[in-house]
Amino acid sequence: MENFTPYSALAGGALIGIGSALLLFFNGRIAGISGIMNGVLIAPSGDKSWRLLFLAGLIVGGLLVQWIMPGFNSPRQGFPLGLLAVGGFLVGFGTRMANGCVSGHGVCGIARLSLRSLAATLTFIAAGMLTVYVLRHLLELSV
Amino acid sequence: MKTHLIALLSGILFGIGLALAHMVDPNKVLNFLDVTGDWDPSLLFVMIGALSVTMIAFRFILKRPAPLWSASFHLPPKTSIDPKLIVGAALFGIGWGIGGYCPGPAVTGLSLFSPESVIMVVTIYLGFFACQRLLDRP
Repeated sequence: MENFTPYSALAGGALIGIGSALLLFFNGRIAGISGIMNGVLIAPSGDKSWRLLFLAGLIVGGLLVQWIMPGFNSPRQGFPLGLLAVGGFLVGFGTRMANGCVSGHGVCGIARLSLRSLAATLTFIAAGMLTVYVLRHLLELSV
Repeated sequence: MKTHLIALLSGILFGIGLALAHMVDPNKVLNFLDVTGDWDPSLLFVMIGALSVTMIAFRFILKRPAPLWSASFHLPPKTSIDPKLIVGAALFGIGWGIGGYCPGPAVTGLSLFSPESVIMVVTIYLGFFACQRLLDRP
């Protein structure tokens, strides 16, 4: 556990919670990022601009952290990009099929005491752990 | 107009949170999922931080008849735990365990100008398309 960063994790998590609560309190919307991304394509035209602004905000927030603390996060190097693309496709396919990702099910859904979201969250965490076990420890890929 | 400002502000807070918690570092995420390796519980603490705000805030917010600046709450209508949910969540978990990115960090990761984030955002949209073509056919 040498890289464990509990304080920045808790603080970052709290900001994610505050952002989600603001969106629900003022706009009545769930901050589920896969749903917001998907809606950019399929939502009616009047329902698109807030989604683009939210997604732009996600990037601006990241830029602000980079600007205030240069080098706080740095991009990963050398990961096989073909494998990454397979992962990305499954993330897109799976989140659409399950109607949500870590933000929609894990943060907002569980906060609404939704058993559906709890079941989804436990499933994707278990599947993620199993996948990492297979890739890192059975196949011994250095990823 | 003012709801647009809230959407932007909410996204910014969310993005700062993801970056501050190092969730834009896919190795950080993979190390959380690597329970039999050098386990890093940070992501669990991100969830605890977020849920301790949303658990309390959502209780009060959803007791109101409507959100402040909109006619009604837009909540997901489904409550059933069906095979589609579980299979979808499992596929998502496999993809998450391969690359170390879920959708939020993929988008916020664009702030690092890394090709990985661009590939993730593009392939996530390809996954959306494929799912709609295969499963949402009338």
